[in-house]
Amino acid sequence: MMEEAREGSLSVSAQTIRVTEAVRDGDALTFIVISQKLSGSGEYHVARTHEDFQWLQQCLFSQEVVPGILGVIFPPLPAKPQLNAPAKVLKQLGFLAMGEDWRMYCMALETYLQQVAAHTTLSKNKCLENFLTSSEPPGHQRARKGIFNRLSQAMEGMRKEGHKDVDDFFQTERDNNLTLTGCSKSATERFIDVVLTEQKLAVACGHFSTALHLCVEQEEDSAVLAFSKICVKLSEVIDSIKRNFESVAENNLSTLGLGLDLESRCQEAEKEMLYRRTCKLVELETASRNAERAKPVKKAAMDELKVAAEKEFDHVSGVAKQEIARFHSTHVELLRQALILWCEKQLETARDTSFRYSQHLQAFKGLGE
Amino acid sequence: MAASSRRNPPPLPGAENQDPLSEMADEDSDEGEDIFVGNSNPVAEAFQPDTANGEEPADLFSEEGTSTAVNSSITTSKSNYVHSDNENDLFAEVSVELSMENPSTTAKSSGAEFTPSLTLSATQPESMEQLEEEKDEDSFDLEVAVTNPEKIGDGMNAYMAYKVSTRTTLPMFRNRTFSVWRRFSDFLGLYEKLSVKHSLNGCIIPPPPEKSVVGMTKVKVGKDDSSSADFVERRRAALERYLQRVVCHPSLLQDPDVREFLERDELPRAVGTHTLSGAGFLKMINRASDAVSKMTIKISDSDAWFDNKLQEVESEELQLRKLHAVVDSLVNHRKELCGNTAVFAKSMAMLGNSEDNTALSRALSQLAEVEDKMETLHQEQAASDFFILAELLADYIRLLGAVRGCFEQRMKTWQRWQEAQSTLQKKREVEAKLLWANKPDKLQQAKEEITEWEGKVTQYERDFDRISVTVRKEFLRFEKEKSKDFKSQIVKYLESLLQSQQRHVKFWEAFLPEAKAIA
Repeated sequence: MMEEAREGSLSVSAQTIRVTEAVRDGDALTFIVISQKLSGSGEYHVARTHEDFQWLQQCLFSQEVVPGILGVIFPPLPAKPQLNAPAKVLKQLGFLAMGEDWRMYCMALETYLQQVAAHTTLSKNKCLENFLTSSEPPGHQRARKGIFNRLSQAMEGMRKEGHKDVDDFFQTERDNNLTLTGCSKSATERFIDVVLTEQKLAVACGHFSTALHLCVEQEEDSAVLAFSKICVKLSEVIDSIKRNFESVAENNLSTLGLGLDLESRCQEAEKEMLYRRTCKLVELETASRNAERAKPVKKAAMDELKVAAEKEFDHVSGVAKQEIARFHSTHVELLRQALILWCEKQLETARDTSFRYSQHLQAFKGLGE
Repeated sequence: MAASSRRNPPPLPGAENQDPLSEMADEDSDEGEDIFVGNSNPVAEAFQPDTANGEEPADLFSEEGTSTAVNSSITTSKSNYVHSDNENDLFAEVSVELSMENPSTTAKSSGAEFTPSLTLSATQPESMEQLEEEKDEDSFDLEVAVTNPEKIGDGMNAYMAYKVSTRTTLPMFRNRTFSVWRRFSDFLGLYEKLSVKHSLNGCIIPPPPEKSVVGMTKVKVGKDDSSSADFVERRRAALERYLQRVVCHPSLLQDPDVREFLERDELPRAVGTHTLSGAGFLKMINRASDAVSKMTIKISDSDAWFDNKLQEVESEELQLRKLHAVVDSLVNHRKELCGNTAVFAKSMAMLGNSEDNTALSRALSQLAEVEDKMETLHQEQAASDFFILAELLADYIRLLGAVRGCFEQRMKTWQRWQEAQSTLQKKREVEAKLLWANKPDKLQQAKEEITEWEGKVTQYERDFDRISVTVRKEFLRFEKEKSKDFKSQIVKYLESLLQSQQRHVKFWEAFLPEAKAIA
């Protein structure tokens, strides 16, 4: 049913792509994807499952016609969300599993689509167009075995990650990326711990506030009344503290948390790309060796292989270089936006809370006077 | 002796730079603030000058003249204090502030010295309603602070000594300001002495802080970590609150043992305080109340007030225990947050270091610093939660135990009276029998015993009435103090909360330009 993927341009505007909500459908989630037509004449509404997203990703991987496609840093697709999943599984999703109604997860999917749509090469893939605009769900026929599949099988067999590079630029990039991948993953996990504790604090405050209400007596006695008033006022204070923690946790989650999660996954994506290139390098070096050692009978064939490998490797490296440059600037921009948004939201919450606390203080001082 | 001249009161704590104690305080307290002003205890509370009144306390007879007035609360309560009569005269020249104790007696004894403009309820008869409606006029011209914990000695014989500083204008003390060094067992010894003397009267004696073998052992052994420091600070604060409650109590303040505790340079070592651990104290109270409740007595006086109040006290104690548990968990979570924040800050610092882009790297490092500062704030807030809220609740759980003890005392007194009555009845029956059996020699003895027991019955009935009055008064005072105490502690808590929050705001404000500077 699906037409062959043809080169074309996307008919929707990349920045307008939204994943607005996640609808529960038994054990599965369906995501509503909305995008605005470039022509300005309306929008597209489609419903997609995670399998549909996976299909899209596979399509992107299978583009053999594009030379050097291996050098592309593919936008990372979040792992499959599981409803009623055990805690361990949810932990893998990290921030994306937190927040109400899978909002964080929707935002991650949204970012994924926007990144794909903004990519000069990937956006041209017809699969993306179909994904975003077709009212029918994309078919789940087995994607053609792209080079990726071959390669991923090959990857398992080889331990090439540490293979020394011929190019200083790439060697440096690989080293940095390795560090950054580790650091960003660790930072994300630590931040999750912070947010979880903040949520725990909010719950504890709730208990405190409830317990205070139990101290309130409906007595005529003025002394008892005075004390009851104190308990009531204090429980209001504790409620404010609770609300503060909830806001702080929410802000953390939706800005920096999401940003760190994305950063971490993007670093992984770059790592995968660099690894693919390294594998190509190994292929090239193998082909060269073979060509050198080849007996005259096979020499011509080996030479041909070597030349092909060289060409492919150069293409990949060329694309990779561009991708790396683009990646550097987008990742800085990504973190910048996350940090600014985070700071602005936390500042607003902090000011709000500060104001509320000072009101409580005044109210308390005025008690019983 | 007409009150023609008024003594100039000493400068109040709020007065700037006049306070000789503030220099002392600067060395003492960590925050560098006057150790007295910093306390929001009921005693010091009375000395915060009303902003309306300014600092001039001269208007002693104004309607509100309570909190700024330099007063002494005179109690001519029935306890056997040697000095009370003399003090009455000494203070007659100063304006006399009526306390809740025996307003009628005070009025009678110094009524002649009052200027007619005294608007306080000096001449109204003492009645239950009167006691309840009277404004809270417990103003005391005495402030006490416990500071400078110092470890004396080494090893398992070591102990902590605390500096107890007093500032007062009460003439019963030799000086205006003075300090002594006391150790924990001294405080316990004071409690024991006061208990022995006053609990039989139905006074609510503030219980001392609890013993802690674990905590002290750590200190003795010289463990130099934060848990030891925390323990010492917690104890210091608890001792301070304990003393403040003692001196706030009008009867106890007059006790020479209290005076000696505050003033005397060397106190004889208190012995036998090993029985007074916190758990031991509570056990004592509970045993007493168990024993009483086992007997199915119903005090058949028309005053159901005591029954109601005892029930209130019991249920309140339960509620406070619940609250304390909840606050404890809050404190633990905060500590957890501290730890998590610190670890997160480190990971961000590492991320910043690995980052190529200088502006981003810088911003991430700044972020790590901000998070570090937050961690400190969380620490302080946890300490605040604990030291203010949790300790307040713990204090009152213990205090409610003491209140229950009071009620039990009254019960015991009633029992003694009842038992005496039944003994008297038996004696009368014996007399009747002897009359009938006509045994004149034994009759004489029986008559003597009857007289003796009649005397006892009268005495015990009077005791019971007296203790009922005292317990009621004490309870009302306790309730008022409780509300005041809670209010002032919560205000303190809120102030620290607000301060911490404002610093949060500043951190975010400082970070925002850093984030925006990333290019």
